[in-house]
Amino acid sequence: MADYDAIIIGAGMSGLAAGIRLAMFDKRVVVLERHYVWGGLNSFYRFKGHQFDVGLHAMTNYAPRGAKGLPLSRLLKQLRIRHDELDLYEQGFSAVSFPGVKLRFSNDFELLRGEVARAFPRQVDGFDALSREVREFNELDLDAPQQDARPVVRRHITDPVLEDMIFCPLMYYGSAREHDMDWDQFVVMFKSIFFEGFSRPQQGVRHILKLLIDRYRKAGGELRLKTGVSRILTDGNRATGVELDNGETLTAETVLSSAGLMETGKLCGSAGLRPAIAGDLGSPAVVDKMSTTSAGGTPALPGKLSFTETISVLDRPAKNLGIEETIIFFSNTERFQYAQPADDVDTSSGVICMPGNFKLPAEPNDHLVRITNIANYDRWAALGNAGFQPASGAGLRPAPQALDETSAANAGGTPALPYYTAKQHWYERSCADVLGHIADFRPHVTLVDMFTPRTIRHYTGHEGGAVYGSPQKLRTGKTDVEGLYIIGTDQGFLGIIGAALSGISMANRWVLQKAPEPAA
Amino acid sequence: MTDDNIKQAIIGIIADIAPDEDTSNIDPAVRLRDQMDLDSMDFLDIVMELRKRYGVHVPDTDYQHLATLDSCVEYLRDKMAGKQLVS
Ligand SMILES: Cc1cc2nc3c(=O)[nH]c(=O)nc-3n(C[C@H](O)[C@H](O)[C@H](O)COP(=O)(O)OP(=O)(O)OC[C@H]3O[C@@H](n4cnc5c(N)ncnc54)[C@H](O)[C@@H]3O)c2cc1C
Repeated sequence: MADYDAIIIGAGMSGLAAGIRLAMFDKRVVVLERHYVWGGLNSFYRFKGHQFDVGLHAMTNYAPRGAKGLPLSRLLKQLRIRHDELDLYEQGFSAVSFPGVKLRFSNDFELLRGEVARAFPRQVDGFDALSREVREFNELDLDAPQQDARPVVRRHITDPVLEDMIFCPLMYYGSAREHDMDWDQFVVMFKSIFFEGFSRPQQGVRHILKLLIDRYRKAGGELRLKTGVSRILTDGNRATGVELDNGETLTAETVLSSAGLMETGKLCGSAGLRPAIAGDLGSPAVVDKMSTTSAGGTPALPGKLSFTETISVLDRPAKNLGIEETIIFFSNTERFQYAQPADDVDTSSGVICMPGNFKLPAEPNDHLVRITNIANYDRWAALGNAGFQPASGAGLRPAPQALDETSAANAGGTPALPYYTAKQHWYERSCADVLGHIADFRPHVTLVDMFTPRTIRHYTGHEGGAVYGSPQKLRTGKTDVEGLYIIGTDQGFLGIIGAALSGISMANRWVLQKAPEPAA
Repeated sequence: MTDDNIKQAIIGIIADIAPDEDTSNIDPAVRLRDQMDLDSMDFLDIVMELRKRYGVHVPDTDYQHLATLDSCVEYLRDKMAGKQLVS
């Protein structure tokens, strides 16, 4: 008998959710995580005495308690979590901000509709038609033919600026593709952001992760941290288990991997997925349903979209500086470019998040402004390599405008490594280039952190630091290796709620619904 | 197990699956789906809980018999005979 019914690679949102489902129904399951904390792309860390979330700006897919048939309600039932346990607080309002035009939106879709009517009066009928088409599309139908989103959107929206303003948040929060999105992914993101909306727990992502870990442990699931999988073992065309970084082997009936499509292929070595996935992407025989993209043929793997994220701690709430929005998706150019930049970072567009502007019941511990920009992994990877962490005591400085005596003293110790010099440079650019959209917060910055595509690669193992994984998604989860399934980002559902639902549905489909043994 | 016990067994399972639902006023003659936010994933859970708690196996083809509380009782009466209610 195998050691486990199922081995799950990765303790991110998808791996934990899958683990809960399996443990709940008495499957012998282990979650293996290479990092020393769980959470994956959406984890948390301590930095100079402050608690930061890695990713979380907002949880998309907000649904009030008792709402029916929405992704969040589905997730809660599948994991048997009560709505109030999530401790969610809704956004105030957010905005898409382009040169000379701004569209506000909130968890009430009517706000956005009214804003479109105000700013683009001739487009509002088209916008209504687009919303209807989105509402009626069943994004869960895995057999729907693949199509690009832009042509569909252009049937309804004829103003290219409005088109880009609609795409901007949807791409930033969930597109692994450059320039366009798959239509079904567009629908998923449109519903999750514009129809459903944003919320977050007072304590951020650690609260969600703690709930998941508690559920998993209570159901009897086993979690091994600092336990990387170096190889997926196969017998002929069947996955039989894994080999760990320390050489130990574990056997299982089923392996669910959240490491990514290409990354999982590599783990199979030459005998398994690797030639299939890394080599011959176009072949339908390889994997039973990959989404293909028509724009420019088969895109190269891994995904090209990585990000930098700057975190600035302010000495006062953003509201006190007149910044009211919860999240702003901005572009400084009229046409928005969602593509890998030629430079290290493209600061001409991005996302600005003020986590303190959710309707939180209590003041947050820190007043933060977080800025996300698209970045080029290869350029960051090529920067000087001497050590990953800066020497103790050194680190990023607030932008020059914000230098006070203490930070000026700290700044003296910053090592002149190319990587850190680049970080400092791009931190300052990133802050300077949002000032068309929010008040100048730089004089109020007391502490700064920043992560780069390299950070993402280092902590989550995703090739190319690709936050949304490969542009190729494997909707059924089924690979050409029997008993090996892809969950999470590269199965096609991403974000916190999406990834968790991915883990749940794959665990249901490939483990729990597998021919049940007759009743005892 | 009495018919009432069977109803309680099902309601107990639903209360665990959907902790936000009010299970105190379920009409036994009306489809469960129409009274509560239950989808096919949730019916899978009801079936799996029946197996886990009572050792009762419900094949895919019989899911339709779980549509209402009354139909559950009809369908499960023989299968649950002699079992103890698990809370
Ligand atoms: C900067 C940033 C901001 C974000 N903001 C938001 C947001 O505001 N809202 C939102 O909903 N989503 C956000 N996301 C996206 C969200 O975090 C992800 O979509 C989601 O967490 C993906 O979960 P996953 O389980 O698919 O993958 P992951 O989280 O990547 O989990 C995979 C896990 O597998 C582990 N692993 C990989 N290889 C191995 C191996 N060989 N052996 C053992 N373990 C391995 C990794 O360490 C990792 O923990 C953000 C992401 C980032 C990076």
